[in-house]
Amino acid sequence: MTQSGSPIFASDVAKVARLARLDIDDAQVAHFTEQLAKVMGHFSDIDALDLDGVGPMTQPYPLVNIMREDIELPCLDTDEVLAAAPASDERRFRVPPIIGLDD
Amino acid sequence: MSAIPSTASEIAAAVIAKRITARAVIDDYLSRIDARESEIHAFNLVMAQDARAQADAIDADIVAGRPVGPLAGVPIAIKDNMCTHGVETTCSSKILEGWKPPYDATVITRLRTAGAVIIGKTNMDEFAMGSSTENSAFGSTRNPCDVSRVPGGSSGGSAAAVAAGFSPVSLGSDTGGSIRQPAAMCGVVGVKPTYGVVSRYGLVAYASSLDQIGPFATTVADAALLTEVIGGHDPMDSTSIPLASPSLLPSVSQGVSGMRIGRVTDLPAGAEPEVVAQLNEAFAALEAAGATIVDITLPSLSYALTAYYLIAPAEASSNLARFDGVRFGLRVNAADTNSMYGATRAAGFGDEVKRRIMLGTYALSAGYYDAYYGKALKVRRLIAQDFERAYEQVDAILTPTSPVVAFKFGDKVDDPMSMYLCDIYTIPTNLAGHPAMSVPFGTGAHGLPVGIQVLAPALGEQAMFRVGGALEVAAGGAQ
Repeated sequence: MTQSGSPIFASDVAKVARLARLDIDDAQVAHFTEQLAKVMGHFSDIDALDLDGVGPMTQPYPLVNIMREDIELPCLDTDEVLAAAPASDERRFRVPPIIGLDD
Repeated sequence: MSAIPSTASEIAAAVIAKRITARAVIDDYLSRIDARESEIHAFNLVMAQDARAQADAIDADIVAGRPVGPLAGVPIAIKDNMCTHGVETTCSSKILEGWKPPYDATVITRLRTAGAVIIGKTNMDEFAMGSSTENSAFGSTRNPCDVSRVPGGSSGGSAAAVAAGFSPVSLGSDTGGSIRQPAAMCGVVGVKPTYGVVSRYGLVAYASSLDQIGPFATTVADAALLTEVIGGHDPMDSTSIPLASPSLLPSVSQGVSGMRIGRVTDLPAGAEPEVVAQLNEAFAALEAAGATIVDITLPSLSYALTAYYLIAPAEASSNLARFDGVRFGLRVNAADTNSMYGATRAAGFGDEVKRRIMLGTYALSAGYYDAYYGKALKVRRLIAQDFERAYEQVDAILTPTSPVVAFKFGDKVDDPMSMYLCDIYTIPTNLAGHPAMSVPFGTGAHGLPVGIQVLAPALGEQAMFRVGGALEVAAGGAQ
């Protein structure tokens, strides 16, 4: 299994930026790699712990699925919501083509 | 017309008794903001006109004999990550600049119902990520105690607004210490209630299993009053605990006689000697007031920082995926949707937000999930179990809030790890989901304020406020 202290490389940072939809240039990749490597280096401290048999804790309290009555209630005003959007058309959010026009 | 009182409870009492008008109160506070805000920069937005109209409406209710709430005429500043209907809510980020939410957060609705007057939206580290408010896209906030220093963060604007006398009370949010640490650095009271006690509906999410809203105040009693007003079940938040808001004000003056207070013998090192000295003073004061000091150990505490800085960024990387230029905020136009996302997010987010999104994405990515995120969740369990064992022996635990007093601008901003270490004592309680508060307790290096942190078990707010009230008295404060 990968250890928490594994080094992080520029190629990792470039890949992660792509996954996170963040356009960053090579100089920024280098900058962030240096900073993240330092932070990740600190994180190797938990490799010393014996975590066998310890269950993960995702929430402070157990969550249950909450359902409300299926009845009509007031909701956000569509015009007001669309007015705050960068672009809208025919009462919908407008976005550029999903696939580039040149593709 | 009498002088304007300085606490929320006194202001409300005077307004309700018609000794002063809500309008006179708000005018007084707005004039204080006028005099010093250019130096402090606590606010992203001062809502002068709107605040005067809210105050006039309260006065009209009082003249007409209509019932008003326990915060009638009390000005309150709101961290700029809580939605205010029709009023710009930016999270101090370029990606939300100019965004006007189409609804109020539940805490805003509750404050308005209680008669509070929203005076403005306060500056913060972008998306609540930071410990100094230097990560705001709109410029840093200065510490009113020493303007060459940071106010702490991420709720630095809310802490500074109360410390500077711009508002008697304010709201912040606390994911890893973002209320308590700036409270300590600015010399005011700050409370993070139990996870689930205060509704997060309308709070822009950073790390959903950790975030909690809470108050800043100049007195422990005002912090208790605010917690009572904003607390209690909300059907709009699925993580809201289905209980009524706790009664807290009586606890503040109850004293600590017979209480067992934990002293952590294996507390992670790194606190300044003056901070440690104040902590020892605080133990002595509580013992003199009738409490018993009990030595306890929390062996997993030193791993909390790692667990937090994996879990919080992981949750943030998911929560902040919604800022994509489609439905609100900034859009950088591009030929296709994917390029638009990347360009918008690159232009809209600052460096610390990018760092945490990338850290979280990395910790969650295939091949690394078990080594990072999975392990961090197990460490979180160990920390919760440590607290569980400790609270079999004690009613509350005392630690420093911050290892250091307020530092100079630029000291830590390019060294993320040294900035993260500021949260070492505040983070464990968020991981466990417990309540905690910071109470000003004397001064440390350079005569700057030191905060002592009171920790209590889940829903242990009453015990926490008993200890907080006793510390305040010992420090020579309100009674």
